[in-house]
Amino acid sequence: MSIETPAPNAGPFAHERVSISRTMGLVMLALLPATVFSFWQFGWPAIYLFTVTLVTVLLAEAVCLWIAGKPIRPFLLDGSAVLTGWLLAMTLPPWAPWWTGVVGGLIAIVIAKQVFGGIGQNLFNPAMVARVALLISFPLELTSFVNPAPLFAAGSPDWPQGLAITFGGQATDAFSGATLLGHVRTELAQGHVLSEILPGFYTPMTDAVGTLSGSLGEGSALLILFGGLFLLYKRILTWHIPVAMLGTLALAATLMHFVDPEHYTGPLYHLVSGATLLGAFFIATDLVTSPVSLRGQIIFGAGCGLLVYVIRTWTGYPEGVAFAVLLMNACTPLIDHYVRPRVYGRDRKGSPIEYADEIEVSR
Amino acid sequence: MKLFKIRGGVHPDDRKQLAAGQAIETLPLPALLHIPLQQHIGAPASPAVRRGQRVAKGDLIAQGQGMISAPVHAPTSGRIVGVGSYPAHHASGLSVPTVTLQPDGEDRWSDQIQGVADPFALDPDEIATRVGTAGIVGLGGATFPAAVKLNLRKKYKLHTLVINGAECEPYLTCDDRLMREQTDAVIDGIRIMAHALGVARIVIGIENNKPEAQAAMAIAASAHPNIQIARLPTRYPMGSEKHLVQTLTGRETPARGLTADIGVVVHNPATAFAVHEALRFGYPLVSRVVTVSGGAISRPCNLRVPLGTRVQDLLDYCGGFREEPARLLSGGPMMGQPLPSTRVPMVKGSNGVLALTAAETNLREPMPCIRCGSCVLACPCGLVPLDLAAHTRAGELEGAVSRGLMDCIGCGSCAYVCPAHIPLVQFFNYAKGEMAARGRAKQKQAETKRLIEQRTARIDAIQRAKREAMAARKREADAKKKAAAASLSTDMPTPLPTPASAVETEA
Ligand code: SF4
Ligand code: SF4
Repeated sequence: MSIETPAPNAGPFAHERVSISRTMGLVMLALLPATVFSFWQFGWPAIYLFTVTLVTVLLAEAVCLWIAGKPIRPFLLDGSAVLTGWLLAMTLPPWAPWWTGVVGGLIAIVIAKQVFGGIGQNLFNPAMVARVALLISFPLELTSFVNPAPLFAAGSPDWPQGLAITFGGQATDAFSGATLLGHVRTELAQGHVLSEILPGFYTPMTDAVGTLSGSLGEGSALLILFGGLFLLYKRILTWHIPVAMLGTLALAATLMHFVDPEHYTGPLYHLVSGATLLGAFFIATDLVTSPVSLRGQIIFGAGCGLLVYVIRTWTGYPEGVAFAVLLMNACTPLIDHYVRPRVYGRDRKGSPIEYADEIEVSR
Repeated sequence: MKLFKIRGGVHPDDRKQLAAGQAIETLPLPALLHIPLQQHIGAPASPAVRRGQRVAKGDLIAQGQGMISAPVHAPTSGRIVGVGSYPAHHASGLSVPTVTLQPDGEDRWSDQIQGVADPFALDPDEIATRVGTAGIVGLGGATFPAAVKLNLRKKYKLHTLVINGAECEPYLTCDDRLMREQTDAVIDGIRIMAHALGVARIVIGIENNKPEAQAAMAIAASAHPNIQIARLPTRYPMGSEKHLVQTLTGRETPARGLTADIGVVVHNPATAFAVHEALRFGYPLVSRVVTVSGGAISRPCNLRVPLGTRVQDLLDYCGGFREEPARLLSGGPMMGQPLPSTRVPMVKGSNGVLALTAAETNLREPMPCIRCGSCVLACPCGLVPLDLAAHTRAGELEGAVSRGLMDCIGCGSCAYVCPAHIPLVQFFNYAKGEMAARGRAKQKQAETKRLIEQRTARIDAIQRAKREAMAARKREADAKKKAAAASLSTDMPTPLPTPASAVETEA
């Protein structure tokens, strides 16, 4: 064409009904059932902690945006900060003191997100950065779990008692319990074998339904799975990261269990316990910090799964989802650089395709 | 027939129901026609009429120039009232050379117009020539001269003619209507083109959202065993030539190549119809079918429009705007261009005039990229759009090119699905334009360098020749001196001419 302009407004002039806030909103919707279930399981303290964390991230986000001179309204309403706070709260012990939520929220938003340049710029999953920072700085508070004490059940804290637990640091020992992963690790370290440890403490069903102690969002594996499937159905996620992560984890567990069933737990144990499902569907799949190509996502997911298994099995930490995801986050730029889709009309190396038979076509 | 999967793509709301039910109507002649001289890819045509001259419908008003070009003909009979410039049918709204014609209302064809009784008896070259002189270009929007495409048989081993009836852009229904209403003419045109290309096999691809067109074409094609109808899944950009061919043959066109590299030539049904008219009746391309649609149009319709009609005349015929449009477009919403005003004339390549409401365009302020990968999934070319955009934004155009910028077909699938509403295609267009400009500058530099080198070489050669001549003269003089005693000789070597002036002008 003879006329060339820099095309000030090129198409398309139609747009799918999508937006960042819609994406974030759907993820929150998917988290809702599991969250509500956890509220019921762990009572008022859990609700308070959750609220404190959300308020903190919102305030932190608003102040950071204001300092950066960015428009506050659209960025605050994109939902990314709330989701970060939500996910962070899900990984905290439900009766943890209020300041864990505040410190965690600040770390997540200020250090892990805004310092990197705000939404889309962060290398690491903000919620997981905050969670790991808290775990290292305050190991006691972050590993004091309680057995479920359903709302309104006899003996569970009513709302003023809840206030005292969350804000007054008056957690009673009455409810304290160990997570399954933590318990099994301790027992194994003491030289017990699995056939002695597991019976009476664990059946896959209790974990799947979520009546074991654990962090807020580790509660019900089934409801988390349900939320994840909803996101797959809504096409917010593709199956690649969750399937690769769960598949690798299950495979590693199966192999080791096969080698030595007395010291290595089986795949189902790993799949339904701890933060496995939350991690596979909601944390590893964080859009910003995971690879953008499907093959890259498979590598990423497999890496997460493998690391989770390694950390749980052979390191000092009973749970490894946060560490695993952060380590793989660090690999994301590399994966994105080397793993790309094949360009149309080119071979994998980037040269134009050549056909051996110039004339013959497939039919 | 067996179809192959293509990668990526999107499912935009096709909104074809707005105009699909409207039969093609002929637009009444407007008061003035502004006929641009370049309505095709290639060199502009040069005017063949003077101001004040009377012309009949179909008379040549501008002659094609060079290998890739197309002539322009009078869309109706009347008087030439101007040979000057007029705003182009282009986003820039720049003025381009245009012939203005005042219709006399008779709409009288030139008496020189003559068809061929049996086009199949003609030599392929003769068909291509006739298609060329009829000014036919690719009417799907590409506007590449159709004759040049028919002549691809000389350079490539072709086996299949694919007719691109996908019409994958939302809203547009002009090809759909043409295939339904002029089925036999379209099939005839297709067969003539296949004859000209010398290919035996014809595949007509039509998306599944046009069942009537599929049915009509299937019935008309059943008489010809070499024609197959391919029922294509409704997916944008199915109508991208290379992706359509991949769907039908399972083969990708090699990068930077043509579908002819894998033996296939693709034409549009409207082009086929124009070929039919040109061969059977001798009619040059002076009108085309246009879809006027969009939520802001009172009465969406499909119109046969004389080329050069102002957009405003089309809008008036369709009852004007129902509401103030947010966007006025030429072509479909995915790859169309904004129209600078309603004054601009319709050209050979304009298949649609859309007036879209704000709800339809769903334009929003862009947000930062959240690396969601939707664009990667949607890209039919296997690119990583977020990456291309990031490099372009950072000014690293070479980086974008090495990541496949030039393989981007500009389909807009990526931008369509981006939840951050990032105008990705805008980035790519900017980068492509910038690279083209740099390429031209580089070419110019290289050319200058080459000329300078040539000049230096020439001067060197001349000086060397001079020196040699001198040396030779000296030798001969010496030899002569020696032989002087013996005999007297006069054959001196003629001195070489020094074309100094020629050197200067050439450089
Ligand atoms: S516009 Fe280019 S980058 Fe975007 S989807 Fe189409 S081909 Fe891919
Ligand atoms: S679709 Fe938009 S937000 Fe998502 S990765 Fe691509 S450019 Fe970024």
